[in-house]
Amino acid sequence: MITIPYLTALSTYFSYGLLFAFGQLRDFFRKIIDWWQSGDLQGYAPICLGLEDFYIRRLYNRIQDCFGRPISSAPDAWFDVVERYSNDNNKTLKRTTKISRCLNLGSYNYLGFAASDEYCTPRAIESLKKFSPSTCSSRVDGGTTTLHKELEECVANFVGKPDAMVTGMGYVTNSAILPVLIGKGGLIISDSLNHNSIVNGARGSGATVRVFQHNTPSHLEKVLREQISEGQPRTHRPWKKIIIIVEGIYSMEGELCQLPEIVAICKKYKAYVYLDEAHSIGAVGKTGRGVCELLGVDTADVDIMMGTFTKSFGSCGGYIAGSKEVIQYLKYTCPAHLYATSVSPPAAQQIISAIKVILGEDGTSRGAQKLARIRENSNFFRSELQKMGFEVLGDNDSPVMPIMLYNPAKIPAFSRECLKQNVAVVTVAFPATPLLLARARICISASHTKEDLLRALEVISRVGDLVGIKYFPAEPSKQETNAIKLE
Amino acid sequence: MASSFLNIVNATLDWVTATLDAPSSRAIVFGVPIGGHLFVEVLLFLVIVFLLSQKSYKPPKRPLTEKEIDELCEEWVPESLIPPITEEMQYEPPVLESAAGPHAIINGKEVVNFAAANYLGLIGHEKLLESCTSALEKYGVGSCGPRGFYGTIDVHLDCEARIAKFLGTPDSIVYSYGLSTMFSAIPAFCKKGDIIVVDEGVHWGIQNGLYLSRSTIVYFKHNDMESLRNTLEKITVKNQRAKKLRRYIVVEAVYQNSGQIAPLDEIVKLKEKYRFRVVLDESNSFGVLGKAGRGLTEFCGVPVEKIDIITAAMGHALATEGGFCTGSARVTDHQRLSSSGYVFSASLPPYLASGAITAIDVLEENPDLITKLKKNIAVLWKGLSGILGLSLASNPESPIVFLRLEKSTGSVKSDLQLLEDISDRLLKEYSIFVVTSKRSTLDKCRLPVGIRLFVSAAHLESDLLKASESLKRVAELVLKDHI
Repeated sequence: MITIPYLTALSTYFSYGLLFAFGQLRDFFRKIIDWWQSGDLQGYAPICLGLEDFYIRRLYNRIQDCFGRPISSAPDAWFDVVERYSNDNNKTLKRTTKISRCLNLGSYNYLGFAASDEYCTPRAIESLKKFSPSTCSSRVDGGTTTLHKELEECVANFVGKPDAMVTGMGYVTNSAILPVLIGKGGLIISDSLNHNSIVNGARGSGATVRVFQHNTPSHLEKVLREQISEGQPRTHRPWKKIIIIVEGIYSMEGELCQLPEIVAICKKYKAYVYLDEAHSIGAVGKTGRGVCELLGVDTADVDIMMGTFTKSFGSCGGYIAGSKEVIQYLKYTCPAHLYATSVSPPAAQQIISAIKVILGEDGTSRGAQKLARIRENSNFFRSELQKMGFEVLGDNDSPVMPIMLYNPAKIPAFSRECLKQNVAVVTVAFPATPLLLARARICISASHTKEDLLRALEVISRVGDLVGIKYFPAEPSKQETNAIKLE
Repeated sequence: MASSFLNIVNATLDWVTATLDAPSSRAIVFGVPIGGHLFVEVLLFLVIVFLLSQKSYKPPKRPLTEKEIDELCEEWVPESLIPPITEEMQYEPPVLESAAGPHAIINGKEVVNFAAANYLGLIGHEKLLESCTSALEKYGVGSCGPRGFYGTIDVHLDCEARIAKFLGTPDSIVYSYGLSTMFSAIPAFCKKGDIIVVDEGVHWGIQNGLYLSRSTIVYFKHNDMESLRNTLEKITVKNQRAKKLRRYIVVEAVYQNSGQIAPLDEIVKLKEKYRFRVVLDESNSFGVLGKAGRGLTEFCGVPVEKIDIITAAMGHALATEGGFCTGSARVTDHQRLSSSGYVFSASLPPYLASGAITAIDVLEENPDLITKLKKNIAVLWKGLSGILGLSLASNPESPIVFLRLEKSTGSVKSDLQLLEDISDRLLKEYSIFVVTSKRSTLDKCRLPVGIRLFVSAAHLESDLLKASESLKRVAELVLKDHI
């Protein structure tokens, strides 16, 4: 759990209060001008409403340049960030032709498959020529090619499940499959920090949704006991089924799921486990098979395994892996299978080739090297950051490491200063994190070299001093706290 | 027992008479003999005060003990994750061994493909492949991040600008998947309390968006303007508050579930009269309808500004993947932070965005693609006229030719079975690949099922004639007993 220092919390609230007050003041004057000009559409309610719109206009737009920076190359270890300028106080940003070559600490390019790869890219191009970029049809109609069949076999084999189904987008995988698996009278117990696609899928399913404290098996057990003994609200009928949804690596926290404990609890209470490995598949584990391999959980104990190909495999789409029957049923009725265009063939080929490289089936040890590299890189970078006194979240082995910023003013400051020194970092604020817990997030890749990492550390440390985000004292005392934590 | 009880009663009576006879009870207050009742009243008063001071009675709460919870947990038997597998669930779609162009290879045999919405015949187009290849070489396959976090690649911005320029709108926004476009865009603008009037035949993507928006949803009869008028009338007249709510009409340009075309000019008239906003899904009309392929607005002669939100999938006419949403700058900008499928999902692979740009270029340079498509639709229509047992349910201009059973068997399942028999035999005996409109159990659409033929500009006239001839023949054979 993140414990925000008292003084920081106070100053953060103060900052947001100030931003809010100024925004309201400006809105007030804007209203007067609008009324005077009365150019508004008569008889329609405004299309954007309320606080959300206010947040975008008055808060987000001020620091818009820190998000959505366009790039003009592959998202490899180094990439070209296109410079932008604004003539209207950041309301709109225009692209220039100038680019700056930056070190990429933002993309989910865990294994370095994002850029051209000697094994994958020629094969992807070959598939493009053979199958074209799209099938223009859904899987169940005319969108299944031999490549899709091969991909599904390959994925099932890789994750260690009898069968798999592939969809063209990770987000849709979650949001279209949960409603198929569970409906009214069912219960979904979801981790409090689960991804938006799971939240939407759970909401779309019509099942009751309960939340357990982030990554806390004991609380999950408490909720489970309570829910099973009380049954459905009002009718008190027993639940039809219960699905527990957790993620392998939480993308905003960098934490690994406490899977062994959670699986044991689910087994005890006969609940089904749904594991979202969007960030962990390919990135962790000895052979890249995700958290199950890393934490020593038998995949047979996880009922539904979901993951995406956008991260480690440098492609697009998502998969669901499970028993033969489950996949058969999903293929029969899942909207993503019935109505959505099938995965683009070159993207499918990229996944197949990436898996082959990871497993060493390409005849080299590049895959194993990549896996060893990302692990080394991540652990090195994390421990160095911690030594410097940053508040770094997450577990060892996880390639995602958020650095806490808290104050809203520190978000653009950190991001812009790093960019000035040619290091591109991701900063995350309100819609994706709680208001108070703004952070910068660093994603390490296997394609980073030692020099890249040292350079990044140097820049981050300098900017960290400048912005004032080293919330902990530097090195020596840090090790002690680590020792205490370990106990 | 009885005697002891009598004793107690007697003793109490004695005590009561004794108290009433006590000197105090015979007191006379201001000349009034109070005769002992004051004593009783005081006593009663005290009892009332005592009772009032007590907490009201609640049945004692006995929370379940740990042991009982254990037993309950032990007892609970969950349903299995999925219902038992039946025969119809084991359906395996045909596997293509080539690109899904107008002539594809299935099981080593060349077939005429009517299953891909490759309206302009751009699958396998030289220029498209070229641009995709160079993008693949430059950018790799995936973008490895959401748009907000370095997943924005310059081709995405170019693609957005190209679409906006083509349609004549101020701006557009590209989504990474066609299906997610609708169900992300709708909840970005519709919240709890808003009113959405929607055609009952819309596809699942829209249905899901409506559900996620939690707005008040009112359906009108499929493509029936009279029904739409009545619905709008009812909503605006009855509900005085409606003026303050955001109101939307959601329609599809060409309905995936029936092949019907929405009469946009009439919808716009109604929208202006009742002051609703229009959300239009152009997935099957973008690049198809209108003189230059700008979609339903051009087809109906409606200025594009009158439609507030337009969405479309790029996996059909443009022969790439993804989707886009276009409208005023306000509409697109709002989605960049409020649309969940845009914010929380990795962006479209850059080669597909680059392919979309090229596809629009090709379309603009070759307006004859659209005339060819129109001609092909007409040829198929003519060929299919007078088909036995089936009727053409789609609009004569729609690129989706929709055949449904003239006489339903009464259940969707057996209807679908009959239609599937037809499509199976067509594929096996005549090498014509057509598909039925299969439906997910989650789909709320209740329109009749049918056979869908996606016509492409790349189909040869002989393909179309062959298809209509063989379809007629197979339909007659299969539906012989049914008619």
